[in-house]
Amino acid sequence: MTLVAERPVVAHEEHHEEHRSGILYWLTSTDHKVIGKNYLYTSVFFFLVGGLMAMFIRVQLFSPNNTFVSQDTFNQLFTMHGTIMLLLFAGPFAFAGFANYIVPLQVGAPDMAFPRLNALSYWLFLSGGLIMLSSFLVAGGAADFGWTAYAPLSNSLYTPGAGADLWIVSLFLTGFSAIFSGINLVVTTYGLRAPGMTMFRMPIFTWNMLVTAILILIAFPVFTSALVMLYFDRHFHTHIFETNGGGVPILWQHLFWFFGHPEVYILALPYFGIVSEVIPVFARKPIFGYKGIVFATLAIAGLSTGVWAHHMFTTGAVLLPFFSGMTMLIAVPTGIKFFAWIGTMWRGSIVFSTPMLFAVGFLVVFLAGGLSGIILAAPPLDFYTNNSYFVIAHFHEVLMGTAVFGGFCGWYFWYPKFTGRMFNERLGWAHFWVMFFGFWFQTVPQYLVGLHGMPRRIAIYQASDGFTTLNRISSVGAWLVGFSFVIFLVNMWVSWRRPVPAGGNPWDGYSLEWATTSPPSHHNFERIPPIRSERPVWDMNHADIEDIQPHGSHGSQGSHK
Amino acid sequence: MTAEVDPGPAPEPRTVPRVYKGYRIEALVFLGTAFFFAIVLGVYWFTSYEHAGSVMLLMTVFLGLIPGSYLFWWGMKRGGDMPARAEDSDEAELEDGAGTVGAFPSSSIWPFCMGVSAAVVCLALVFGAWLGILGGAGVVATLIGYTMESRRGGYI
Repeated sequence: MTLVAERPVVAHEEHHEEHRSGILYWLTSTDHKVIGKNYLYTSVFFFLVGGLMAMFIRVQLFSPNNTFVSQDTFNQLFTMHGTIMLLLFAGPFAFAGFANYIVPLQVGAPDMAFPRLNALSYWLFLSGGLIMLSSFLVAGGAADFGWTAYAPLSNSLYTPGAGADLWIVSLFLTGFSAIFSGINLVVTTYGLRAPGMTMFRMPIFTWNMLVTAILILIAFPVFTSALVMLYFDRHFHTHIFETNGGGVPILWQHLFWFFGHPEVYILALPYFGIVSEVIPVFARKPIFGYKGIVFATLAIAGLSTGVWAHHMFTTGAVLLPFFSGMTMLIAVPTGIKFFAWIGTMWRGSIVFSTPMLFAVGFLVVFLAGGLSGIILAAPPLDFYTNNSYFVIAHFHEVLMGTAVFGGFCGWYFWYPKFTGRMFNERLGWAHFWVMFFGFWFQTVPQYLVGLHGMPRRIAIYQASDGFTTLNRISSVGAWLVGFSFVIFLVNMWVSWRRPVPAGGNPWDGYSLEWATTSPPSHHNFERIPPIRSERPVWDMNHADIEDIQPHGSHGSQGSHK
Repeated sequence: MTAEVDPGPAPEPRTVPRVYKGYRIEALVFLGTAFFFAIVLGVYWFTSYEHAGSVMLLMTVFLGLIPGSYLFWWGMKRGGDMPARAEDSDEAELEDGAGTVGAFPSSSIWPFCMGVSAAVVCLALVFGAWLGILGGAGVVATLIGYTMESRRGGYI
């Protein structure tokens, strides 16, 4: 049925539509909340699959000369681990999962701007993901050229077989899914905001999602077209990425990293947004430096697109000073964000609930990863550490800081909103600390073993190499991280079997999603509170308190012109 | 089934101040993107003379310029039959935005069909053309379904 959505001015009778149930409801729903949940559950499933692959990789690397998996299987495992974690978990989890569910609520919209396109995005993502997983079943196994698929290794001579082709077409599908989601999100924030919700009153999370959407529109078309070229090279011998026909292999690296580096920020910015929502609520203060964060986000997005070739320093074919300088510049807006987050916590009444624990964990882990990124941005140091475990440790800190710590931060924060149930705080606490400790045991040895010269993507090392002890510590750390995921699943199971009602606003939150029921009704709002600041729900619930100005802002409430 | 919700009483005349700021920030986000990448493009081209990256940066400039200038032009159309948008006003009350927001289909089977058909077309690229016939037929059928659905205003 097509509903003509009204702005709810006064509470009116809910339209009782014909309720579908079961599989048909799931297949046909265009409700942004259902699609958002689909995205979240699907990407957590892919996270589980990719995590299992990581566990296998760490078993293989536990001992020298290990034969737990064959070298060929090992290549498939790390390729699929990288692709699944980046493109099927970290991206869709935040950008399409949280963005779908939360952004329309935060701007006071009844749905996303294009509900059917939104549903199509999800089905493309799911089918692409399933094709990716099914590539293990074809003869020759899954793609094994690493998630970067460098030419000429990825051509039909060096990587024959259907596995690589399935890798290409599945990323083609998920690429379109991401582009559609990006368009949908830009139009939603531009055209469906509630009255009084000016651009500079949108929550930081929504701002970050908007910037991420623009980054997706910049990056993903390049990648999708590069995949088409790669497919043509493999099947129609177009020699775009092969020297023997007059092509240029390095072109693949340019195209791939012009996508690949913004992609890292497509994975990071949404989680920055999540943390920017969680910290003010649990520090019981307004966000510090609202506009500073918005402009820092825009600056990060812009700079991240100008640094693609810092992944290509060792090719000797790129302009080192330009890319090194641009990369180091990114540290400035990122530093502004850290400053704002710490400023928000400064002298606040911090409540260390599970979401806040994960937010602080994010700050620490991402800071460490970011600082080693600065090291890698210097070409002389990059020449030394390139393709070593140092790089592995760096980007696992960056991506686990954002997608895993930031992701669980958002999950625990909005879980009551998604389901109407609370989770067990003690289990959440255990989840955090096990993961946090396991994580350091996993990554710090990787930095060291990288500096000792262990290259990435090797299945077998010798006892005489001296990598054994560090790899063992790292493996145990990784298994601890894997175990923490079991605690998470137990927590969700307990919450499901013994529900504790959450109510509409369990955290005394600030933004509009807390003004409605948990879970929100169809078309979201019975009534929307008047929007007079970035914190409309706080204003409504604490009308008697004279508004606390954010530290350092001079009467900015209502003056965002 | 076509159930149109009663649009309710006509909205009251707007009391939003007629300071028109529609699409201003929205346009600047995209125009700023274009401006930033124009500078990056200039620096990059004249320091490296590298083709691939320069072309991609140029395209990124257009990506900012086209939607940005469209939104900017739209935002400049003051007065006339372009009413101020309540979401751009600091002072807007909720009633200012009363009325129809838009039509939101609450369910549709066609996105699912399109997703499956597109996946089959993609599998045809790997496993052979016979799947392409199947998937192509699915895409055409789904497109018809999509179009007719919005015309009928119904579902499935």
